Amino acid sequence: MIKFLLKGLIRDKSRSRLPIIVVSIGVMLTVLMHAYITGFMGDIIETNARFSHGHLKVMTRGYADNMQQIPNDLALVNVSSLTGELNQQFPGVEWSPRIQFGGLIDAPDENGETRSQGPAMGIGLDLLTPGSPEINRLNLEKSLVRGHLPANQGEVLLSEVFSKKLNVNPGDRITFIGSTMYGSMAIYNFILSGTVSMGHEALDRGTIIADIEDVRLALDMDNAAGEILGFLEGGFYLDEIAVEETEKFNSANPGNTDDFTPVMNSLSQQGTMNTYVSMAKSWSAYISLIFIFAMSLVLWNAGLLGGLRRYGEVGIRLAMGEEKDHIYRTMIYESVMIGIAGSAIGTIFGLFFAWLIQRYGIDISGIMKGSSIMMPTVIRARISPVDFYLGFIPGLFSTVIGTMLSGIGIYKRQTARLFKELEA
Amino acid sequence: MKNILILTAVTLLTSGLAGQNAEEILKKVESNVSSDNRIFESTMIIHGTRTNRTITAKTYSVGDKQSFTEYLSPAREQGTKMLKLENQLWIYSPSSDRTIQISGHMLKQSVMGSDLSYEDMMDDRKLTEVYSATVAGEEVIDGRNTWILELTAKVSDVAYYSRKMWIDTERYVPLREELYARSGQLLKRTTLSEVKMIDGRWFPTKIIYKDILKQGDGTEFNITSVKFNQSIPDYIFTKAALKQ
Repeated sequence: MIKFLLKGLIRDKSRSRLPIIVVSIGVMLTVLMHAYITGFMGDIIETNARFSHGHLKVMTRGYADNMQQIPNDLALVNVSSLTGELNQQFPGVEWSPRIQFGGLIDAPDENGETRSQGPAMGIGLDLLTPGSPEINRLNLEKSLVRGHLPANQGEVLLSEVFSKKLNVNPGDRITFIGSTMYGSMAIYNFILSGTVSMGHEALDRGTIIADIEDVRLALDMDNAAGEILGFLEGGFYLDEIAVEETEKFNSANPGNTDDFTPVMNSLSQQGTMNTYVSMAKSWSAYISLIFIFAMSLVLWNAGLLGGLRRYGEVGIRLAMGEEKDHIYRTMIYESVMIGIAGSAIGTIFGLFFAWLIQRYGIDISGIMKGSSIMMPTVIRARISPVDFYLGFIPGLFSTVIGTMLSGIGIYKRQTARLFKELEA
Repeated sequence: MKNILILTAVTLLTSGLAGQNAEEILKKVESNVSSDNRIFESTMIIHGTRTNRTITAKTYSVGDKQSFTEYLSPAREQGTKMLKLENQLWIYSPSSDRTIQISGHMLKQSVMGSDLSYEDMMDDRKLTEVYSATVAGEEVIDGRNTWILELTAKVSDVAYYSRKMWIDTERYVPLREELYARSGQLLKRTTLSEVKMIDGRWFPTKIIYKDILKQGDGTEFNITSVKFNQSIPDYIFTKAALKQ
């Protein structure tokens, strides 16, 4: 019977083409929108994770309490042994010590006097160990605008915008002026090896990226680090798992309120990220649900209209003696076929357009000028496994439900009045 | 009416006298702690949240306009020099071979992680030039009688809008001081002790600074040797001397 119904659908274009086009468009929009929202929300979380928050972050209790001020006087010490312990306790997590620091970058003239100066925010991370994942994590190779990545001790990267502001070029000497871990003034020379454009307004304004060992020398932080970032297996932030890991770590020192006790926070437990993570979760769900609901209504309506449009055909079939149940069943089967075909085509197109946005992104740098939030200037979609079946919810179920509802009318038709209706 | 007039006259008279006395007290304090020039060696013990650090230095100063400090230890700070000329301050770092002028918000930074800021080091003006003082009362500190002086800034370019000083009534040296912001917030507290007679003047050789807004147990500043009215060559107070 399925073969017979399929033949009917293929031959009678009015029963298949328009419904399939409508279902496909609806499903395509649903898939595309879901991938876009997932990408947009996830991108902000992952950007923050890679640059500053990690999926997990180990720091001292005092540092965690005043994290916004980057209090390196409360930094972790004996970091190599602490990292070893973390690797043992959490084998699936990648741990990377980092030092965030602030200060001034001073560019000297030929006499060693200040030529230009500007405030900078710095990140010290492992750049020189062969195979260090930090370079990829910060996407430094692709972000490089001029020069090369640091290859030797003492070499640093500046953001391209900042280097232009200071009028320095790769190969130039620059001096960092800041505070050591003990509060002394730190004056340390670096060689600018290259410039980068991170694609984030907040980072591109005044960032210096240096190898962590250089930062340790500059800030008198021998085997110390402000924070140790942890990145979950798979590279994506999963709040439930991250919170579980923090509970496991922090339960080791439950009553210790000393400022120097190491504590672990998940990304969602750091500053305003908590609000953002819960907002991202609920927004993503709400927006997707609203869209799926709207599309369901449209496709349900399409199914309903399709059923009503075949009022005459149903009448003839009843007059010819076909069972009401049989007609109802065949109409549902047909709508299932249209739903499957439309959903499949819509999913393919939706995934294709989502892939384009994932690959090339949408540039929103124009509206990000002056922003202090770490947000990407290029918004990208992210195709997740859900996108492969999500479109079938409105595409298949709504179409079928629409047909089922409109088909109820078949049972209200009376054979005695059929010919009268057909004459009309 | 007559009583009110008498009361007003008495109040004005006593407040005027107190003001005059306070100024005289301050002048006597300045004659003890100020000098035409001096050379001193000091040890600064910084009681941080995690460790204590000891920094030694040698300072040359002429009046309140010129000062040159060379840090002698520990190794990380050795050779770091600071030069103050009028209202400008430079710091030389031997490891980077750079001379940096400290200005603007950097003046509020801590000197070597201590409870002293560069701003504190810069403002060597005589108290009588910058503040108007009144005697607010008397108190006994460590068995010594003191006057409590309240100082309020009469110029705008001061680091601390008001101060409260406890002055030894016999030796005319401050034994305690509190420094306040314009809002009335206490910013720093200093305790001065080990007052010694040096070259005919009383001079406190141990000062404990506590920045109220900073963690840690304060900074102990000990003057290990001090010589007044020495001959200091002029080249010391030049930028060229920083790199030598």
